[in-house]
Amino acid sequence: MATVELRKLVKTFGKTEVLHGIDLAVEDGEFVVFVGPSGCGKSTTLRLLAGLDDVTSGQILIGGEVVNNLAPKERNIAMVFQNYAIYPHMSVRKNIGFGLRTAKMPKADKEKRIDEVAEILGMTELLERRPAQLSGGQRQRVAIGRAMVRDPSVFLFDEPLSNLDAQLRTQMRLEIKKLHQDVGTTIIFVTHDQVEAMTLADRIVIMKDGHIQQVGTPSDVFQNPANMFVAQFIGAPSMNMLEGTVIDAGIQLGAGPIIAHQNQFSTNKITVGIRPGALVPAVHGDKVLMEGTIEIVEPLGAESLAYVDINGTKVIATVSGRAPPKLGEVLELTCPPEEIHFFDTASGLALS
Amino acid sequence: MADTFDYNKKRIAPAKVIRWTLLALGGIAMVMPIVFMLSTSLKWPHEIYNLKIIPDEPTIENYTYVLEDGRFYQWFWNSLVIATITTISAVIFDSLVGYTLCKFRFRGRMIVFVAILSTLMIPTEMLVIPWYLMAKDFGWLNSYWGIMFPGVMTAFGTFLMKQFFESVPDDFLEAARIDGLNEFQIWWSVAMPLVTPALSALAIFIFLGNWTAFIWPLIVTNDPALYTLPVGLTTFSVEQSVEWELIMTGAALATIPTLIVFLVFQRYIIRGVVMTGLKG
Repeated sequence: MATVELRKLVKTFGKTEVLHGIDLAVEDGEFVVFVGPSGCGKSTTLRLLAGLDDVTSGQILIGGEVVNNLAPKERNIAMVFQNYAIYPHMSVRKNIGFGLRTAKMPKADKEKRIDEVAEILGMTELLERRPAQLSGGQRQRVAIGRAMVRDPSVFLFDEPLSNLDAQLRTQMRLEIKKLHQDVGTTIIFVTHDQVEAMTLADRIVIMKDGHIQQVGTPSDVFQNPANMFVAQFIGAPSMNMLEGTVIDAGIQLGAGPIIAHQNQFSTNKITVGIRPGALVPAVHGDKVLMEGTIEIVEPLGAESLAYVDINGTKVIATVSGRAPPKLGEVLELTCPPEEIHFFDTASGLALS
Repeated sequence: MADTFDYNKKRIAPAKVIRWTLLALGGIAMVMPIVFMLSTSLKWPHEIYNLKIIPDEPTIENYTYVLEDGRFYQWFWNSLVIATITTISAVIFDSLVGYTLCKFRFRGRMIVFVAILSTLMIPTEMLVIPWYLMAKDFGWLNSYWGIMFPGVMTAFGTFLMKQFFESVPDDFLEAARIDGLNEFQIWWSVAMPLVTPALSALAIFIFLGNWTAFIWPLIVTNDPALYTLPVGLTTFSVEQSVEWELIMTGAALATIPTLIVFLVFQRYIIRGVVMTGLKG
């Protein structure tokens, strides 16, 4: 196990700078998930960590040691790739044992280690099979096994679940989480799927355009997003964003309603963010925040999503799954005050 | 009587008939020389200008003669050594250079690749004189090495292997790099097994090319003990007469190793194709 630290990490490809000075400290044994849209620099960061690409400037420290000039094999890391990178011409045993080829240990010990890893992953029966004879989930386990067998100080996962179907992805997610709980090794995991990030991470690193937008626990980034990008990226469906102007009574939304608010803001143009899960039909006694006409209802089972038109502005609200309102119905919506987020429209930053 | 439609009667599309006919004609065109070679090898000398496929008086006398002539074994051995060493060498060096040009980014990579490719545009006949001068200067005339050196690495093979290595995902190589293998080990243990079909095709191609090579071995050797099979067989053709039945017998025997090479490597081609279907 080891700590990982990135200090002012910069990466350029030709004249294009793709990482603009990343700073991050990962604790020993922590499960950190990098999440962000395509091209945000999360996979590049992982490749720099692995030593597969050279750092342009800045430092990478693993276990307190600067590893910028160390070859991948000298960093004591293991990586699981998106397409598993398991070799089709080798059996599962040979694939798992591949990482031990260069290890100076007796053959019997290598075999024992392979058997141990196979047992942890429930693959003992499959050791003599070829990858072509395995399902997607089993192949993913082989890839994880190959990473585990060397007992590395850091595991790097590069979108390892994106090739799996939804059901298998959920299952593998749980297995990876359990694996982390069992072995306790530091894990850095890259994904573009925010659900994966939320469910797996001790801390999430949200990236955009080569910058870290926010680092925090899943509940922290969900409840206290640092800016509009994080607010909209984390959570599905995305947070409703309503532009408004500060007036004496509060904030006058462009769509009409006024959000009562006593705080002083340093800016006049405010964007109000409300998660669809927090925007619900007002029942007797609730203070009505806004009202509008239902355009579409999406049943999700336990609840439904209602797409509501408020004077031309669309918002998503959560309604009952058992007795959802009908299309065209006028719906009065409410939201607890603590679930309303305020952002500076110009800079996108959250306002306290 | 009303027309009835016979559902059991299958109609064959005219396009299919044309396709089959063309394929059959192509097949016959390719098989006929082999049939005539075997037929001639079983004929007596007075029968060889008779175009009958089945000889009136078939004989294995020609085979007995060729196999009892010690020179045949020498030529066969020379061809086998030269074709085998050249094939192994070309497969290794072509794939090594192809892999380097495909998977490594370095300054001048494209220039090197284009330079190698451009040599494909120079016909062998034009190269024979410089090759001969080189062989003479280095003292390689009348030697195995003299026959082999132009083929130990080929531009075509380099190009073919480079294109095939494009299909090997970089993740495979990077995973091996992280696992601690050096670049040579990655090429040998990871990349090479993944391009077995290409290696097999290249091996067949190079082996056949060297097994049947005639002009260069004829020019670079004048010692009969170093003749390859194609060169040696021409000694059955003398000023006054051409002993076609013996040439065809030698040629028929010469096809045996090529058939073996093809049958052996064909299995790897099929296995390779099966493996390339593997994905996430």
